[in-house]
Amino acid sequence: MGFQGYRRADGSVGTRNYVGVLSTVVCANEVAEDIARQVDGAVSFTHHQGCCQTPLDIQRVNEVLIGLGSNPNLAAVLLVSLGCESTAIEAVAETIRKTGKRVEVIGLQETGGAARTRAEGTLIVQNMVAEASAQKREPFGLSDIVLGMKCGSSDTTQGLSATPAIGVASDLIVAGGGTTILGEITEFIGAEHIVASHAANEEIGNRILALVERMENRAKAVGCDMRGGQPTGGNIKGGLTTIEEKSLGAIAKGGTAPIQAVYEYGERPAVKGLVVMDSPGREPEILTGLAAAGCNMIVFATGRGAPQGFPFVPVVKLTGNDLTWERMRDHMDMSVAGVIEGTESLPEAGERLVRTILAVSSGERTRAEITGYTRAMDIYVTGPVI
Amino acid sequence: MKRDAIAIKEEDNVATALRDLAAGEAASVGVGDGTVLVTMGGEVEFGHKFAIRDIAAGEDILKYGEVIGRATARIPAGAHAHVHNVESLRGRGDLA
Repeated sequence: MGFQGYRRADGSVGTRNYVGVLSTVVCANEVAEDIARQVDGAVSFTHHQGCCQTPLDIQRVNEVLIGLGSNPNLAAVLLVSLGCESTAIEAVAETIRKTGKRVEVIGLQETGGAARTRAEGTLIVQNMVAEASAQKREPFGLSDIVLGMKCGSSDTTQGLSATPAIGVASDLIVAGGGTTILGEITEFIGAEHIVASHAANEEIGNRILALVERMENRAKAVGCDMRGGQPTGGNIKGGLTTIEEKSLGAIAKGGTAPIQAVYEYGERPAVKGLVVMDSPGREPEILTGLAAAGCNMIVFATGRGAPQGFPFVPVVKLTGNDLTWERMRDHMDMSVAGVIEGTESLPEAGERLVRTILAVSSGERTRAEITGYTRAMDIYVTGPVI
Repeated sequence: MKRDAIAIKEEDNVATALRDLAAGEAASVGVGDGTVLVTMGGEVEFGHKFAIRDIAAGEDILKYGEVIGRATARIPAGAHAHVHNVESLRGRGDLA
């Protein structure tokens, strides 16, 4: 089983071949968006960070921008800056260049306003697209898949069908030498003993438990019952009663493979196989974290029908019930409702999901890409805006 | 027989409705490999849970064979089990 992808100079493999226009600070978002909108083949990444934050969070922003710029689905990168932000722009650019791709920086204050920056930036990105478009897809195998796994707008059917199907797919990809990333640490709460029991060794297991404790303590520090926030109001309408119940469904995405490592948010895995990455459950932050970690594909189980995708990493949506498959058809790539109905086995559903992932990796477009619903993005920070 | 609801493990005391269930009907609940009939004590929407045996106040709620919370009131077999009678034991900043 394999796919047709784009070979990158650092050895990674892209499933898409975009030029990324990355805003380095909340204040440059408008211009980054405008530039990408004017060039076919370019996509922008915008967020709400990069200034007036603790040094820890600024470091987070730098690392995430480096991770995003280094993502194999981007052939080249333009960083759009205001000029006075805290983001370490040159260091970010220099580090992304180490992957071998072309990186340029343009700043509003240096260029002389938004209009000039838009014009100059657009010309740079046009040239980058011309260069990138010369590259052809080549055959690759499962070992070059880096799959991010997520579930959202959850209901009770998800844990019975869609997340276990992702678990089967994860096992198949790991068996084929690929990498899968499990995040959403909030959704380990109440099920962390099971996740930790899948750790390749005790130290990894303890790190998983520590991540969950840190996440739960952050939520508890506010002094209220987190129910309503997690599980969300929508989850509760869907029948999920407690975070423990939601977590037990969510962790099924990890399948049965041993967990080889634990990473901070947006950190690129240094090993193959199943790994855990710190991240909250909310879509913009986790999709961004998975993209920064180098995922070239993301799979997203949704019970009630979440439409979100990401600008440059395809997000495959699967639902585990026919109601959502019919009602939210425009946003769904696959249904595994047959698992609940007894017409499809879990191994069959998981294998079908891997085939879908590979077809999308080769260029077949996801519903999120087709509907243009690809703006779920932001950088997860843990400190205050100051 | 088509299942109206499903419980994952033998030890589970709640099941998930696979369609809207009406009060008074006998729901066919898949439990592990077998099936049990539970008379519904009230309406339970698709995707929601109900007790498949009497659950005492303070008792653990079991799904997937794991504890997903605790009953805050008695939940008779066939009754809706949700946020009104089940509390979470985690992320409880209000209890700290």
